[in-house]
Amino acid sequence: MKALENFMRKMEPKKDGKLPLAHTIWDGTYTFLFTPAQTTKKGVHIRDGVDLKRTMFTVVIALIPALLFGIWNTGHQHYIALGMDSAPFWDKILFGAIKVLPLVIVSYAVGLGVEFLFAASKGHPIQEGFLVSGMLIPLCMPVEVPLWMVAVATIFAVVIGKEVFGGTGMNILNPALTARAFLFFAYPTKMSGDKVWVSTSTEAGQSVADGFTGATALGDLATTVGQPMGQNAEVVSKFGADGTYSLFNAFMGWIPGSVGETSALAILIGAAILLITGIGSWKIMFSFLVGGLVMGGIFNAFAVNDFMELNPLHHVLIGGFMFGMVFMATDPVSAAQTSMGKWIYGFLGGLFAIMIRVFNPAYPEGVMLAILFMNVMAPMIDHYVVQSNIKKRQKRAQVVAA
Amino acid sequence: MQDLVNIFVKSIFVDNMIFAYFLGMCSYLAVSKTVNTGVGLGAAVIFVLGITVPINYLLENYVLKEGALTWISDDFASVDLSFLSFIMFIAVIASMVQLVEMIVEKFAPALYGALGIFLPLIAVNCSILGGSLFMQERQYASIAEATSFGLGSGVGWFLAIVAIAAIREKIRYSDVPAPLRGLGITFIITGLMGIAFMSFMGIEL
Repeated sequence: MKALENFMRKMEPKKDGKLPLAHTIWDGTYTFLFTPAQTTKKGVHIRDGVDLKRTMFTVVIALIPALLFGIWNTGHQHYIALGMDSAPFWDKILFGAIKVLPLVIVSYAVGLGVEFLFAASKGHPIQEGFLVSGMLIPLCMPVEVPLWMVAVATIFAVVIGKEVFGGTGMNILNPALTARAFLFFAYPTKMSGDKVWVSTSTEAGQSVADGFTGATALGDLATTVGQPMGQNAEVVSKFGADGTYSLFNAFMGWIPGSVGETSALAILIGAAILLITGIGSWKIMFSFLVGGLVMGGIFNAFAVNDFMELNPLHHVLIGGFMFGMVFMATDPVSAAQTSMGKWIYGFLGGLFAIMIRVFNPAYPEGVMLAILFMNVMAPMIDHYVVQSNIKKRQKRAQVVAA
Repeated sequence: MQDLVNIFVKSIFVDNMIFAYFLGMCSYLAVSKTVNTGVGLGAAVIFVLGITVPINYLLENYVLKEGALTWISDDFASVDLSFLSFIMFIAVIASMVQLVEMIVEKFAPALYGALGIFLPLIAVNCSILGGSLFMQERQYASIAEATSFGLGSGVGWFLAIVAIAAIREKIRYSDVPAPLRGLGITFIITGLMGIAFMSFMGIEL
């Protein structure tokens, strides 16, 4: 460690030297490796090691279970598609790693590259905000998305979604969701449908098993919209106790879907990390879940098709609901900032997520759009919460004065 | 009754005047600097749309459309005055805006000062005339449906301008690159909000 620090110190380029970019990159790497040595000298301050970088890093650690599970599940789904369910554990991991790690690497390399360029041109140190976005972007992509699309989406999200607003902490939409929404609307065939969720690349002597569809749970359900209840026994049976998408399977996550979104268990481990460290807002997570369950319950009561008839608990376990709830909706920058605002924001987010999913069969993945919609509405919610607080306090002050 | 609710919800979210049709952009961009003026103008737009669309609906169906005049006498069955619809609609809109202006000036002089030229300019706001023309094009079945559409479009516009005003208040102290400050960043925000609103696109109610 000491040797590394000495080496880094020796390497430090001059700040006003010929290459401003060199210093930015050095500074970024240095603060990534070591805790900044500066502390406040006088006055009353909170003395705590948690800065922006530590916060971001905790979220990345919380994402690791979902990432590891996503790697295994990618391989698992691939071998199921080939009809080789009992392939060895390490084969699945290996295949998954070959598929998933390039997404992570491209997302980080491109995103950090853009961040470095902006930091150098603006002349300020690198902001750590991309550490989380760079991990979220690959985790919310389908596994078969081409790498250049990940690169394009990352550039769009970092430049248009964040840097034009002044960088980390200023964006209005969650950058990772911006990237996903951008791809979703720009290249819909690569982001939805039956072809993208499971890798079916075959080697010599392998072939895709008969009867393999590659659809996700939500994709299957969307086909039942517009038909009277009871017509789709085949789809409904998949959600039964022995079906592919049974409650247990959906909770454990061995079903097709975006890389990191399938396993509620892995996501809940991440949620526990976020909640224990106090980085994720439990208010948003809890009210988001309640919103989703309430909307699912309302649909149950007025069900006209099999999609609406689905058990609310099942609703929140499939698709990206859990992932969005834990990692996207709680983004402290784009979510509501006031305490009351968080309750409203989370509840409406969950409500809209299930509503869009059911009402709009073209976009079964409603969670992404619901969170983006609530991101747009969050400043308005905050504004009115603050105004009502001001009014309340004014009233109290007048009572005291009188 | 269900139809009315459907039309109302649809015109707020699915066929939002700003994010689906990009109508009424000029006052939307100009008056959205603070939430309070945004709310004021939004309320004025709700009022004007809620009044003018039903009035124009009556005009369209009992005066302008081909055969609309048969309630006077059957001799008018072949009379088609629809070439007058633009000028008639605008006349109705302009008089309603005049009314709103007088009300605002009397009861909320501060808001009147803040809105400035943009209050009378509602008369030429494309979302208002657009509301009447959509009403004509979509041929709503009853005046209740037309009213529901007008109010819904107004509420959608209100929601849009208040949301962007809140965002603009939030980013007031952000370090936006110099060339984008002001309207540039507002256009980008509008585009991003449009992405968020696309979630409702294609919903059939």
